[in-house]
Parts: sequence; C-alpha cells; structure tokens
Amino acid sequence: MTDADSKTTPLYEEHRRAGAKIIPFGGWLMPVQYTSISDEHQAVRNNVGVFDISHMGQLIATGAKAGEWLNRMLTNNIDKLEVRSGQYTFLLNQNGGIIDDLIVYRTKPEQFLLVVNASRTDEDFAWLQAHILPDVTLENRSDRYAGLAIQGPRVAELFRAIFGDGFELPARNTIIEAELGVMPVAIARTGYTGEDGVEVFFESKFAPTFWTTVLEKGKPLGIRPCGLGARDTLRLEMCYPLNGNDLTPEHNPLEAGLGFFVDLSKPNFTGREVLAQAKEQGLKRKLAPFRMQGKGPPPRPHYPVFVGDERIGEVNSGTLSPSLGYGIGMAYLPAEHAKIGTELQIEIRGQKFPAVIEKKPLYKKA
Amino acid sequence: MSNVPDDLFYTESHEWVRVEGDRARVGITDHAQAELTDVVYVELPKVGTQSEARSQIAVVESVKAASDIYAPVKGEVVEVNKALSNNPALVNTDPFGEGWIFVLKMSSPDDAKQLKDAAAYRQAIG
Repeated sequence: MTDADSKTTPLYEEHRRAGAKIIPFGGWLMPVQYTSISDEHQAVRNNVGVFDISHMGQLIATGAKAGEWLNRMLTNNIDKLEVRSGQYTFLLNQNGGIIDDLIVYRTKPEQFLLVVNASRTDEDFAWLQAHILPDVTLENRSDRYAGLAIQGPRVAELFRAIFGDGFELPARNTIIEAELGVMPVAIARTGYTGEDGVEVFFESKFAPTFWTTVLEKGKPLGIRPCGLGARDTLRLEMCYPLNGNDLTPEHNPLEAGLGFFVDLSKPNFTGREVLAQAKEQGLKRKLAPFRMQGKGPPPRPHYPVFVGDERIGEVNSGTLSPSLGYGIGMAYLPAEHAKIGTELQIEIRGQKFPAVIEKKPLYKKA
Repeated sequence: MSNVPDDLFYTESHEWVRVEGDRARVGITDHAQAELTDVVYVELPKVGTQSEARSQIAVVESVKAASDIYAPVKGEVVEVNKALSNNPALVNTDPFGEGWIFVLKMSSPDDAKQLKDAAAYRQAIG
C-alpha cells in the first residue's frame, strides 16, 4: 500500500500543523509523534494527553434481537451490560482465532456501539453482516464519526474546564451523552494507557473544534497531543495486547491471558467449542510479559527468544519502557516456559541479552 | 531549523565527520537526532574493526526503532564513545559534541573531502 491509498482522519491537517511526524498505520496516515514519544508518554502518566482515534471503526447494531445476536458473535456476556455500560470482548473465527478485539457498549436497550480496530473494521463488518439475524441491522458509521482518547490523571479536571464545574465523568466502563455547545458527544470512561481517561466520539465535522478545545482547555494542565508511538509504549507497560502483534487469527484469547473476557458458560458463541476444548486440555502456549535485565538494546517484534540454547519463540511486542527505563515486551512461549521468573534470552543482532518473565502489568503506579 | 556546522563533512545517511589529521570523528547530525528523537541505546563498534565506506558499523535505537549508522569513509575504528553506554541521550542533547559515536583512522585521509560540505548537506535536508 502506498501513502496515496491511505485514508486520513478529519484531524490530519491539525496534526500537520502541530508538527506531527506521520506514518502509515493499518491503512491510515496517522501521527506517530509530535515532540517525542517519551515526552508524550510522560504527559499521559503525569498530566493528560490527547490521541486521535478517528481511525478506529464504529459499528452500530440495532434491533430487539441485537443483544442475543451479539452474544453469539462475541466472547464476553452481553447480558451483563446495563444500558450505558461497555465491556471488552473478542470476535473469533470458527477455530477460536482472534479476528478482532473490541469494546461493545449498550447505548440503548436495543442498540449497541462496537468500537473496533481500524485495520479490522471492514473485515469485522463483513463477517458480522454475513452472520446477521433478519431483525437486526448493522451500520458502519466509521466514515462519518471521529474520536479522541483523552488520557491521564488530570482528565477529570480537564472535563470540568471544558463542560463546567459541575461536570462528572461517567463511571468506569460506562458511556454518557453530552453536548459541547451544539455538538453532541458520547463520552466513555475507558482507555488503552492504564491511566484514568475517556474515549469520546462525535460526528467528523466537529473533530477540529473538539481537538482545538481540548488542547486549549488542557494547556494549563500540561496537555500534549500524543501519537501512536506513545500509545504503544503506554499500552505495553500495562500489557494490553495490540491487534496484529499480540492478537491474530493464529492466537486465541485464552493463550493471550484474556480468558476473563470469554464467558464459556454461554451456551453458544463462535469459537466456543475450540476454546472449551483448549482449556480442558491445558494451554500449549501463553503470552508472557518480560523485562530486559541489565543494559542492552530494547526488544522488538520478531526477535528470537531462547531458554538456554533452545529457541522457544519470538517477541510479539517490544519497546523501551519510558516509565521504567528498561526494555519490556511480550512473547508467546510454550506454557512450560511461560512461568513468572523464567530466565530468557532475547537475541538482538546475533547477540543474546538476558530477560526475565514478570507478572502483568509491567508498570505499576507508585 | 537544524544546526549544520560549517567545519564538518556530511553523508547522505546523516552522519557527520570531523577531520582530525588522519582521523575522522563521526556522529549523527542534529537533523538525524531530531528525526529519531529519544535515543535510548547506541550499539558501538569494536575498536580495531576495519570498515569499508558506507558499511553498517553501529546502531542507534530510539524508542520506536533501530537505525543503522554507516562508516562515512574506509578505515579502522580506533576509539568509541563509551559515555553513550550510560547516557545515550547525549546523541540528542549534543550531537556534534559529547554525542560523537566513534573515531576512524582513515585509510586515505583525502576520502573525507569527497563527502558533502555543510552547504550541500543543508540543501539535502531542505
């Protein structure tokens, strides 16, 4: 794919103006950083940062049987969702492999918003549409809607500055409707950074106004526009998986350590039998978080992983952790080698560097 | 606008060279460090390494990616900047000074003069 084939979000010009370095990502031209990944990362850990997430897909399922249908398509239990609540969940293929990981919100008793990965939007929509029930409608509103992730310990302060002193953020994992002037906005208390934060969704035409307002009102709070670079380091410190790196059709949610979001007590959902069987037989491999020991280069995707002389896997996600100051990563490893405390070696340009498997999250707030 | 000192030579791959007699001190330019940002690790060459011009000789890693550094001229590595092991960010904070990476004993000291001068490099980075 060339840059010319890539899509841009309604904030593309804002990013250019803010001095962003732009890269292709999942079919989109997105900001990877504005100043530096470390600066943006620290802004989110210490103050607040804003990310353009307009590339993410937004699907709306409506109908009396929409919940029942989604319960068969997705791994988590929709019946647990009150109106205005959301949950993390998976869309699997028949082999239990991961098509996508997403958040589904019950926005009305018979209406659901699915927020999906940018690069999977068309595939998800096609898959869901191919398995739809007669009385359910599915709309892909991705091209008409934009979104921002606003993340960091000062997010509540920022929202009071924008919406007024009495403004209360919704509870964790819930979504509310609000208005900024004449612009309707959905605000969900969720995120991908490990900090307090929200993801907000609105019509594309309002995107520049929202972006500018958030940056202006956030200025006294130390806000920074943040790119995909910081998004990656923040999520990896928390061991949140990245679709494409850590989650693929070759992997299932149990191996990824995300069985909490799979309700095997549901009688029927796509991939259920394979997962139930895998669980009964014991998992063959697991996604293990690790840290580098001593000085060395940061781990990167596809670097080989060894125990002694035996090559046991390769790195799926890796980076230097700006919060911790050392290299961190995650790798699918055979279950017998995936235990906390296991000493690994990561091969980097022909040389092996020591690493050790740790408990997740790799970063904990002091 | 990036700093491009007049007394240095430059490569298309954004290394700078300071000629010191028959030796060439090498680092990456201000423009390069600004593009990389956040240098977190520098893999230094070994003293004694013989290198051809334009051969990969070191690696500079930012948070996001690993970038190869090339020998601007043919020669032998005679010195490396060990301070970068403890403080790789010197490449960002002082790219033409404390952030130097290695010194080559040039096989042919005239080779450096074939590289870009400051004006040509300024033009190359626009």
